[in-house]
Amino acid sequence: MKVDVAVIGAGVIGTYIARELARYNLNIVIIEKENDVANGTTKANSAIIHAGYDAKTGSLKAKTNVLGNRLQEELCRELEVPFERIGSFVVAFNDEEVEILKKLEEQGNNNGVPGLKILNQAELREMEPNLSEEVVAALYAPTAGIIGPFELAIALAENAADNGVEILLNSKVTSIDKSNNKYIIKAGSHKIETKYVINCAGLYADEINNMVNRPYFEIVPNRGQYHLFDKTAGDFVNKVVFQCPTKAGKGVLVLPTVHGNVLIGPTAENTGNKEANETTTEGFTFLREKAEKVVKSFPYYKVITSFSGLRAKTPTGDFIIEEVQESRGFINVAAIDSPGLSAAPAIGNYAIDILKTSAGAFEENKSFNPKRKAFKPFTELSMEEKQQLIDQDPRYGRVICRCEQITEGEIVDVIKRKAGALTLDAVKRRARAGMGRCQGGFCGPRVMEIIARELNIDITDVVKDGIDSYILTGATKTIYDDTENLAAATKED
Amino acid sequence: MEKQNIICIACPLGCKLEVEHKKNGIDDYIVTGNKCPRGKDYGIKEMTNPTRVLTSTVKIKNAHLCRIPVRTKGEIPKGLIFKCMKEINKVEISGPIKVGDIIIKNVLGTGIDIIATRSM
Amino acid sequence: MVNYDVVVIGGGPAGLAAAIEAKNNGVNNILVIERDRELGGILQQCIHNGFGLHIFNEELTGPEYAERFIEELYEMGIEYKLDTMVLEVSPNKTIYAMNTTEGILNIQAKAVILAMGCRERTRGAINIPGTRPAGIFTAGTAQRFVNMEGYMVGKKVVILGSGDIGLIMARRMTLEGAEVKAVVELMPYSGGLTRNIVQCLDDYNIPLLLSHTIIDIKGKSRVEEVTVVKVDENRNPIEGTEKIFDCDTLLLSVGLIPENELSENAGVEIHPLTGGPVVNESMETSIEGIFACGNVLHVHDLVDWVTEESRRAGKNAARYVKNQLASNGNIKKTYAGYGVRYIVPQQVRVANIEEKLHLMMRVNDVYNSAKMVIKLDDEVYKRIKKNHLAPAEMESISIPAKDLINRSFTTISVELEVEEA
Repeated sequence: MKVDVAVIGAGVIGTYIARELARYNLNIVIIEKENDVANGTTKANSAIIHAGYDAKTGSLKAKTNVLGNRLQEELCRELEVPFERIGSFVVAFNDEEVEILKKLEEQGNNNGVPGLKILNQAELREMEPNLSEEVVAALYAPTAGIIGPFELAIALAENAADNGVEILLNSKVTSIDKSNNKYIIKAGSHKIETKYVINCAGLYADEINNMVNRPYFEIVPNRGQYHLFDKTAGDFVNKVVFQCPTKAGKGVLVLPTVHGNVLIGPTAENTGNKEANETTTEGFTFLREKAEKVVKSFPYYKVITSFSGLRAKTPTGDFIIEEVQESRGFINVAAIDSPGLSAAPAIGNYAIDILKTSAGAFEENKSFNPKRKAFKPFTELSMEEKQQLIDQDPRYGRVICRCEQITEGEIVDVIKRKAGALTLDAVKRRARAGMGRCQGGFCGPRVMEIIARELNIDITDVVKDGIDSYILTGATKTIYDDTENLAAATKED
Repeated sequence: MEKQNIICIACPLGCKLEVEHKKNGIDDYIVTGNKCPRGKDYGIKEMTNPTRVLTSTVKIKNAHLCRIPVRTKGEIPKGLIFKCMKEINKVEISGPIKVGDIIIKNVLGTGIDIIATRSM
Repeated sequence: MVNYDVVVIGGGPAGLAAAIEAKNNGVNNILVIERDRELGGILQQCIHNGFGLHIFNEELTGPEYAERFIEELYEMGIEYKLDTMVLEVSPNKTIYAMNTTEGILNIQAKAVILAMGCRERTRGAINIPGTRPAGIFTAGTAQRFVNMEGYMVGKKVVILGSGDIGLIMARRMTLEGAEVKAVVELMPYSGGLTRNIVQCLDDYNIPLLLSHTIIDIKGKSRVEEVTVVKVDENRNPIEGTEKIFDCDTLLLSVGLIPENELSENAGVEIHPLTGGPVVNESMETSIEGIFACGNVLHVHDLVDWVTEESRRAGKNAARYVKNQLASNGNIKKTYAGYGVRYIVPQQVRVANIEEKLHLMMRVNDVYNSAKMVIKLDDEVYKRIKKNHLAPAEMESISIPAKDLINRSFTTISVELEVEEA
């Protein structure tokens, strides 16, 4: 296939850039190695929009974070993505840490973060009654928020696809050849000829770069583990609660999610392995100790799942957003670790400006539609609205996921959309079926049945997430011939 | 003479039985460790001819599910369980079926039928 | 708005028995609401035998047991709705439910019987570290796939937890050609019935590893191996005892949790140990006219006890509708003493007991040879000798009403007297 722009990686950065480029008359393709969009770092992180006081003044991180924070609101409105500006606290346990808060406040002011304020214990207690008595002060950042991170990337992908962007899944890039101002990319079963390459490959951005350019940066995977708690623990904290940053990192956060759960995490571990996204006993112990320090009598038994994500860090620390000197039209958007999600729109715009500078002006796509309709979760509708929807499509009257009360209508919707769900986890990420306390125990078989029906595939071909993550191993009643192939466990006495 | 230790499953108590087999011309079994007569019977049966009820499913057409549950209508020798599974796996029936309907008559010559355990 | 005398939420064994008994006690206007596509609940996937020994004096399979009640329900002409989800129950017994054909249903009941059953504990709830590949199922989900949908969930299987569903699935998977490598149990004793250990594990030479747990799961797309480790008396892993099992499937049978989201939203008080509503002698919750029975109330090991308990709930819901239940009066409490984990019911109004008060309870450890001591306040009412007590097996005690009426006491307690050291 021949395109103008190939975006490598369908995380939040890649999907944002593709969606924004769809504003112009360009042929755009997103190339993704996984079986769904938003399936790397974008799906497993703290799900917060930082205010922007953390990064060193003048750095790309500082600039794009503060700007990105501002842009998120409009973006999430257009795409109907859950985003709430609930504010954040950095809490201090002693005078030494109060000094750190003051430095953070100053740095934040220099970065242009609005509304920062250090609160004393009494003010704090009023806003966050479940905080530990040991907390003496906190830096309050009213502009910090919480977001559905993979919801954002999925919405961007859907909107991009609605505006003509093509998305190739299960297409791992294996080679990129540069010749005569164009690039030939081999990815999965595809061969793509493109004028411009935007490398948003997250953990693998260094490997993609090295296929064409000199290896001038390295991505070091850094793991963060999390616990997610049941909704019944949901109102335990009202804001994103950070602990004071130490040499080891920003510390463990406790926060409510946009869906009403509580999230605790992350750890920060250099794993040396880009696939090492497992959780560990040590990680769990660490999280528990840290979380219990900041909130009192937390309902720990309400954990519903634990997960880990890998940050795409680079030793030099700042984001890498640049056109490669020796390769015109090849733009790296790499080393996007925290606050990458917060900064995403600003990072994307910055990369697009670089592309425009390199390529000249693009012609505007007059039919671009920036709006994407999310289904409003059925549970949030009034009884009258529910009835109306069931009248239009009776499948909304059938609850499939009991815990989250997700209907068949919603599940079919997320499968049928552009950039729609192909897998059990993809349905879970989009419609939240299986996200609740039973973790898909009841609805898993039903959702698989619906996926098989809607995609017209056999139920044994429905996978959990990746293409090899098969769930069923075949039909029962297959052993009946006379060859003695019965289980080795057979011991007839 | 041989001895075997068996856990009794006649009731939830789970007595630890010791069954002694004496061959003095005729077979004689001495059960100890049982707390009731049922334990003695169970112990001897486990030594001479252990039997079990087998439950499974059979393929079915023209029904709202593609499998219907079945069981042996009585105990079959334990040693025949896997052979019996093969017989069960060969069968495909068609609905409607009533609970208790015979699916396989006299399975493996045991005198025991395989019956449906629900209507479908 | 439609009106019913009794609305039963859930059409499994509890709901069926309760509805039938309510009708037997003179209430005609009854509705059973079931979320699944058929009645019978989880029994329809429990195709093994062992049900009905107490109620029918014979050993039935789950579907056979269910069908007897379903047939009776049909014959009695009790109304039911399938594929219908209850969205909300209010304290004044207004119910919102929905389905594809009728849309949103608004129902007013005089009495409500909660019979929603339970759900399985998941990996998250027990926090096993490792990767998150396909191939990890709760035993009940696997049971549904294998027995009802007709699909196998794996070829090389390790099972964590020796609850009855785990044991039953070990045998079932083996019979369908899978290799079950081990059943791993954290506690020093099994969570299942002895007969199931013999029939499901010993018969097929499947090892039961007591005092062991799983500390790691490996595999990117599908489970590839699990690490099993021995635990000490405080259930902490003992370093150096790790064993790796090569497998593609992990089944979890690590406990059941009463499903009480509807009850909680209605404002029903939940007991911290049972996970179910606090109820009185009539199976009535903290909200007058809302009753609960079966696994939504506390997790049972035998369906026969579910049936008995649900009949009481059904009967008392009928009495409530007919204004035959004394709503106030002197409330006695039950108290779980030494060795007893919980007692249901938690409250007793002596005036409402017909014939006998039934107490159901679980002990907190395995005891061989102990006495269950029933006390009315400090006074010993009765000692019952028990050869064998285990957390997996529910105990029940009946006290004749005549022994409670006209006696002044505030608490009925049950505790264990353990003879051995």
